[in-house]
Amino acid sequence: MAATLASADPVLADFAEQVGAEGPVAVEGGRTRWLVGGAPPPDVRTVRAPAGIVEYAPEEMTVRVRAGTTVAELDAELSSRGQRTPLPDRGGTVGGALAVGENHPGLLGRGRVRSSLLQVRYVSADGVLVNGGGPTVKNVTGFDLPRLMVGSLGTLGLLAEVILRTEPNPAVSQWVVSDDADPFAVRHVLLRPGAVLWDGGRTWALLEGQADDVASERAAIAVHGTFTDGDGWPELPPHRWSLTPSGLRDIGAHATGRFVAVVGAGLVFAAEPQPSRILDPAARTVGERLKRNFDPDGRLNPGRDPAAR
Amino acid sequence: MSGDPAVDDLVAALGEALAPDRVRHDGAERALLSRDASVFEGGVAGPVCFPVSTSEVQAIMRIAAAGGHNVVPRGAGTGLAGGAIPLGAPIVVSTTRMNRILDVDVDDRIAWVEPGVVNLDLSRHLGPLGFHFAPDPSSQQVCTIGGNVANNSGGPHCLAEGVTNAHVRAIEVVLPDGEVAMLGGLDAEPLGYDLRGVFVGGEGTLGIATRIAVTITPNPPAVRTLLLSFAEVVDAANTVSAVIAAGCVPAAMEVMDQRITVAVERYVGAGYPTDAAAVLLAEVDGLAHGVDHDAETIATIGRANGATDVRLAANDDERALLWKGRKTAFGAIAQIAPDYYLHDTVVPRSKLADVLEQVYAIADRHELLVMNVFHAGDGNLHPLLIFDAREPGVLERVHLAGAEIITASLDAGGVLSGEHGIGVEKQQYMDRLFTDDDLDHQDRLRRAFDPTCRANPGKVLPVGHSCADIQSLRAVPTGVWG
Repeated sequence: MAATLASADPVLADFAEQVGAEGPVAVEGGRTRWLVGGAPPPDVRTVRAPAGIVEYAPEEMTVRVRAGTTVAELDAELSSRGQRTPLPDRGGTVGGALAVGENHPGLLGRGRVRSSLLQVRYVSADGVLVNGGGPTVKNVTGFDLPRLMVGSLGTLGLLAEVILRTEPNPAVSQWVVSDDADPFAVRHVLLRPGAVLWDGGRTWALLEGQADDVASERAAIAVHGTFTDGDGWPELPPHRWSLTPSGLRDIGAHATGRFVAVVGAGLVFAAEPQPSRILDPAARTVGERLKRNFDPDGRLNPGRDPAAR
Repeated sequence: MSGDPAVDDLVAALGEALAPDRVRHDGAERALLSRDASVFEGGVAGPVCFPVSTSEVQAIMRIAAAGGHNVVPRGAGTGLAGGAIPLGAPIVVSTTRMNRILDVDVDDRIAWVEPGVVNLDLSRHLGPLGFHFAPDPSSQQVCTIGGNVANNSGGPHCLAEGVTNAHVRAIEVVLPDGEVAMLGGLDAEPLGYDLRGVFVGGEGTLGIATRIAVTITPNPPAVRTLLLSFAEVVDAANTVSAVIAAGCVPAAMEVMDQRITVAVERYVGAGYPTDAAAVLLAEVDGLAHGVDHDAETIATIGRANGATDVRLAANDDERALLWKGRKTAFGAIAQIAPDYYLHDTVVPRSKLADVLEQVYAIADRHELLVMNVFHAGDGNLHPLLIFDAREPGVLERVHLAGAEIITASLDAGGVLSGEHGIGVEKQQYMDRLFTDDDLDHQDRLRRAFDPTCRANPGKVLPVGHSCADIQSLRAVPTGVWG
């Protein structure tokens, strides 16, 4: 393939030109997670990725979308055909959601953000468009640049366009709430729940599937507590903790303040921030080499570090 | 003794670090490990090591790093792309003695395993707990979890559940410089770059996995297995597309053409109709009502697309037999001809029927017998070219037909490999899918793990990209096709 990607799509070529090959540059989406992993210098030049849904193929369960598209716009398009992705909508963009890599609180049902990215097109530190992965739902052709980009905070390349895997919405989604249930037992009973949340007292469960199955799962968890109809997601505290699923059993040992935990995943939304985590030293060394190999001058999203979030 | 003092010193150093009987340099062992399950020849193994612990793998890597030796990791050797073939007489590290299941945690839904644990052994171990390991390659009775990680392996049941990458949470890795790194983690959102995700599918070029935390999946309470018969292969392919388009994602959707079903029937008697041009084996699992609903959806769509018969497996025995037929398909080929070449490309599901027709036409043009048995739900084609290698000139025809099948798949918007990997098989096609800049970035990724290109060099990236371009290797793959 002799032609470069830039020549194939003028919109992406224009973005690559804006990024250029010199000087610090930060990419701006919805600024909803601007401080994750450190803030860029206040006077840094910023660029915006192009927006728009390029090609949606519901029958392939894939969507090609430019990184500057809002998650809300993507969700609206997908839901018109009864589909969804794992990306959380917090007012931000598709590129932002992927670069930050944080999961939807409904990750038990929707899956993880990192598994949804099939193909990535990004602008390198040299100002060149690079393509990784491929358009099919299954692909092991070469090294996995899409996985590398998820959660990289734009430090290795600036996302321009992606192909995401979509999933059909469940036929029925039903929230139920209990103030006396054992959330761990509830999670164990449910086969593929949309979510099981717990704030130390109350348990919320999002039951998903065919109506009769939702009814029978509701009957099955009634053994573990008294459930009433719920009306949606509880308010989630601002800070994000990453624990192991089993570690939630000892959550009282942590200074979380008010919390809502995603049972079965170990993700916790808490009033207080999580103390700094320490990355494995040898993994940190590989990460530092990645940064040097992809962005030797440190020009992409300076000040940000995926190991310092 | 090899007659070469440098090699003797290396073998002695490795023997001292492990145990003399777990470092082999005899002709038989080296010959055995010079190949994998692919058709590729030309590998030359150096000393063969059988470590039993992370610290032993680390010792091997340090000895290799100090002496500038290349290292090739190896699981069961069932790979079909030549990924485990040793090029340039490297140290071969077999992980088969590291085969313990270390821990199972139902709360965390993980099992910590050593890389040499056999795929099916893990699911058998998990069975009494009500869980299994979802990726189920056809070779699952012998292939190892470490090999599954290296190749990001799939299998029929990866349609709804995803391939190996989606089922690996953390990996302890010995890097090519001998450092031990923990990639990923059991926590919800591990720190740093997703090195775990990158390592999976790295084909042994990024280091050696020594402990792996895999996700364990609960066994579904209800399963329905359907066998649909069709008078035309394209009808089966169109049914698969239509099922996905209807918002139904079965656990598995496999298509087998008539030549395969006839061979399978002679071999194991799985109960497949031998008069149908193709059968679709579809499985749905989950909760009782959902599986009935999905099974009905598949049956209805199948009939609308010309299914001549729709059969629901009546019980577990019948279901097991239907799957036995599918999973022994490749063994069944042996009755027809002594050799086969199994291809592995992926196309958009909506292009399945079109590309299949081309595959048959390509085989006809080259006067070869082709059989199709594939993961239709993923668009993952597996054309089998069947031949007798003793027939003069047949290898060239197989090679040409293979190249045309790859071209047809790429022209349809597909990719080079769905689950077998690139290895040495498809390096020369990489520039059909990627620009020089794309490949350069893949090389940068690889070099972050292995700056000196000593882990399984000469694989994945095509010649001209640094880690594939080691002078000492270039003379070796002359026996390799392409």
